[in-house]
Amino acid sequence: MSRTVQCRDADEAVAGIADGSTVLVSGFGMAGMPMALIDALIGQGARDLTIVSNNAGNGDTGLAALLAAGRVRKVVCSFPRQSDSYVFDGLYRANQIELELVPQGNLAERIRAGGAGIGAFFCPTGVGTALAEGKETRTIDGRDYVLEFPIRGDVALIRAHVADTDGNLLYRKTARNFGPVMATAAALTVVEVASIVQAGAIDPEIVVTPGIYVDRIVEVSA
Amino acid sequence: MSDRLDPNALAAVIARDIPAGAYVNLGIGQPTLVADHLRPDAGVVLHTENGMLGMGPAAGAADADPDLINAGKIAVTETRGASYFHHADSFAMMRGGHLDVCVLGAYQVSRHGDLANWHTGAPGAIPAVGGAMDLAIGAKDVFVMMNLFDKAGVAKLVAQCNYPLTGLRCVSRVYTDHGVFEIDPSRGVVTVRETYGITIDELRSRLEVDLL
Repeated sequence: MSRTVQCRDADEAVAGIADGSTVLVSGFGMAGMPMALIDALIGQGARDLTIVSNNAGNGDTGLAALLAAGRVRKVVCSFPRQSDSYVFDGLYRANQIELELVPQGNLAERIRAGGAGIGAFFCPTGVGTALAEGKETRTIDGRDYVLEFPIRGDVALIRAHVADTDGNLLYRKTARNFGPVMATAAALTVVEVASIVQAGAIDPEIVVTPGIYVDRIVEVSA
Repeated sequence: MSDRLDPNALAAVIARDIPAGAYVNLGIGQPTLVADHLRPDAGVVLHTENGMLGMGPAAGAADADPDLINAGKIAVTETRGASYFHHADSFAMMRGGHLDVCVLGAYQVSRHGDLANWHTGAPGAIPAVGGAMDLAIGAKDVFVMMNLFDKAGVAKLVAQCNYPLTGLRCVSRVYTDHGVFEIDPSRGVVTVRETYGITIDELRSRLEVDLL
């Protein structure tokens, strides 16, 4: 049994993350990116990390700053190359970072499967493409599918909008993106929010992520 | 003979072909222009892969909200009746066949409807796939919007793709500046629906696919 813990600050929220961890990081571009937790992780110093996130950093902040600090060994993502992904681009071209490219829906579903106790699943995405090479395939009712395996994290770092003191979460607009599935799929789920309210202040009918998935919450100003 | 169509005129052609009430995903790049030509009374609902149905037009500088963006990470707006959902649900909508139409850009489309639009395969190019492979196999109808020839004059509607594939036998119609082509993936047959600024004979001489 582990109930949600409310942390004083982001440094306390990321305490104990080990070198070599696989870290799920929410966000689509900068929307839903847990900036305060990533900054705290840079200060905390864990290295040799595998980052699972949709993108591989934008500009010089957030994930890009973690990459620039040399803490990341491998990125698992769907869309690394963007107009402002120069930090990742430089590391990749210099052979200083490993990339596992995953179609975006497979990334989401593999994480969902990881959180839901699914051993593997057959998916039609990518059949006959380079991203399915070497993977087991099966024809089911006349359609071809690729066998995909779940992704789990040692840690998930997530940005949500509001948490109550029991860890129930609300998100805001398209900043929701990967947050709800990542929250389910890590041994330690850490969430930064704009505000924390008392348990009971969120209508139970509209809770998006139930507190059972959430280990630590921290209120951050941004 | 009319001239070839510019991207806005082509977007208007595509918009006219989208059924009223359809759920539609528009890929990044040229396909986003289609939104500008949808009639408000047609009730078309736009899906964006990052977790929204009922996406509205791009936001102005004053009302841009960093938490409300489209797949191209441009600030957008909500329409009445919009909804938000997480990424696994968003892609379940695609794969589960709930989207009626998606419109995608392409490097190449084959006569069997194979699509290549995610990677040039050039040495040193950093690959990025995003939601392209999921969209290609998910929507009920996959329309491609592209120029018929590349800058060197090489046809992009081909007998067989030599760029890395995004999906097999998934494209049903190709809208280009020089014409609209219907594809029958099982037979590998391409039917010319209309042409813009080019004759059928010239198309036959410049494309390595049989045209009906």
